[in-house]
Amino acid sequence: MSDICLQLKGSVITAFILELYHYTASEFTQQLEDKINQAPAFFEQSPVVISLDKFEIAPDENTRGGNVRGENTPVEIDLLELVSICQQYNLQPMAFRCADARFIPAIKKTGLVHLPVNVSRPSIKQAAQQTASSDIQTPAVQNADSERAVSDPLPGTQHNTQSDSAVSRKSKIISRPVRSGQQVYAEGADLIILSQVSEGAEVLADGNIHVYGTLRGRALAGVKGDTSARVFCKRLEAELVSIAGHFMLSDSLREKVWAQSAQVFLDQQTLQVEAV
Amino acid sequence: MAEIIVVTSGKGGVGKTTTSAAIGSGLAMRGHRTVIIDFDVGLRNLDLIMGCERRVVYDFVNVLNKEANLNQALIKDKRNDKLFILPASQTRDKDALTQEGVQEILSELAETFDYIICDSPAGIEKGAQMALYYADQAIVVTNPEVSSVRDSDRILGILQSKSLRAETAAEPVKEHLLLTRYNPQRVEEGEMLSIADVEDILAIPLLGVIPESQAVLKASNQGEPVIFDESADAGKAYSDAVARLLGESVALRFVEVEKKGLLKRLLGSK
Repeated sequence: MSDICLQLKGSVITAFILELYHYTASEFTQQLEDKINQAPAFFEQSPVVISLDKFEIAPDENTRGGNVRGENTPVEIDLLELVSICQQYNLQPMAFRCADARFIPAIKKTGLVHLPVNVSRPSIKQAAQQTASSDIQTPAVQNADSERAVSDPLPGTQHNTQSDSAVSRKSKIISRPVRSGQQVYAEGADLIILSQVSEGAEVLADGNIHVYGTLRGRALAGVKGDTSARVFCKRLEAELVSIAGHFMLSDSLREKVWAQSAQVFLDQQTLQVEAV
Repeated sequence: MAEIIVVTSGKGGVGKTTTSAAIGSGLAMRGHRTVIIDFDVGLRNLDLIMGCERRVVYDFVNVLNKEANLNQALIKDKRNDKLFILPASQTRDKDALTQEGVQEILSELAETFDYIICDSPAGIEKGAQMALYYADQAIVVTNPEVSSVRDSDRILGILQSKSLRAETAAEPVKEHLLLTRYNPQRVEEGEMLSIADVEDILAIPLLGVIPESQAVLKASNQGEPVIFDESADAGKAYSDAVARLLGESVALRFVEVEKKGLLKRLLGSK
């Protein structure tokens, strides 16, 4: 229909996480400049989410001497200044992420968005709380380091080109047949199916797909663009196989390898099908 | 505690109601108190196949809406006193079914019956989903042709994702494949999928193979479930399927091309 002027769609966007440990304007400016000078083009106009979860809240001025701040006293931190420093260095701060409600008044002053922390990641929260409530004995000065943050991305947020090879990839294991009309997606993981994939079923993974049965449906590996992803199956009779968007239909597959064990991978932008 | 068995297929016209009537009757003939529920609200057929269409007063939807109680709606079979039918409403549609209402009726029936057979409507919409939701076992009726097999595959997916057992992560619904309208002659000629083909695609245990037979059509028209016809191959094949459902081990019959005897050939009969 032509009179529809908008549509709401779910999407995943790429952003850096800037984890802030403590803040003074001069120190922050200096360290940010150092960091950006390492790769100015790389950070140019990057969207940035500022995480305050590891920010060490200083003891209250009036109760200095061991007492911890009140639970509800807002943290006084000039986030507006922090945002403008980021903008000077051509970053685009878009939101703050933190679980601690004490930051909210300061965040509100900036006019940016407050993202609650995903509850499935309690370790960071706990760590933040532990540091917040213990005596402030900061070890070595830690950088407000956007590269570090890359290895610890916001759930659902992709990062740019930095490698995450240090992070081991998880697997999703399905032990029953995937039937016609069903769809299985292994997000950020390999997909292992111990049974068959029926015609009309669809299996997707950000990583590799293994099917220890007949693959008759569609299999799409590397759906977020991982060109090194592969599809392995015990018996290839697929309707469609795709690696990082390069796909092949059953007619083409029939001419290569059919009704036997096979693997499908990308070589120089070309889909290769091999018997295994 | 009653065992709830859904007879389903996805595709229409493959023999769900014939199978519900035959398997339900077969269980009753072996002494189990059995009720067959017609879930095909708006397209009532089970009463015709069972030959009790003139005795329908109240139906499933009346009971759901508390316009009648269960005993008023249940029809006792004239051939077997352990067999009952709960007919569907012909004047309503599937929206008349509610999950709570269905659950209430099933749990009331479970108090007095050994087996509850749910005759599912075709399709994968509300009616079919209601019929399979509370099932402990499923008989997936499939014809040996590609569209029926694909629809069966689809309904198997729904059984494993949208049934109560799937939603509560209980032991999965036990699946049985019943191949109907099987014609060994046409399989040999390559016009039909073989038993092995269908088993390979659906990958569930085979409960039985019912041969294509004139006796089935005759039985339907006469309102006499084919399992009562002891001379018909289809009737015998259904008896075997009931035995397997009860855990007996029975060899498959009527799956090879019949060799015509000299006399038959001379007389030119089929």
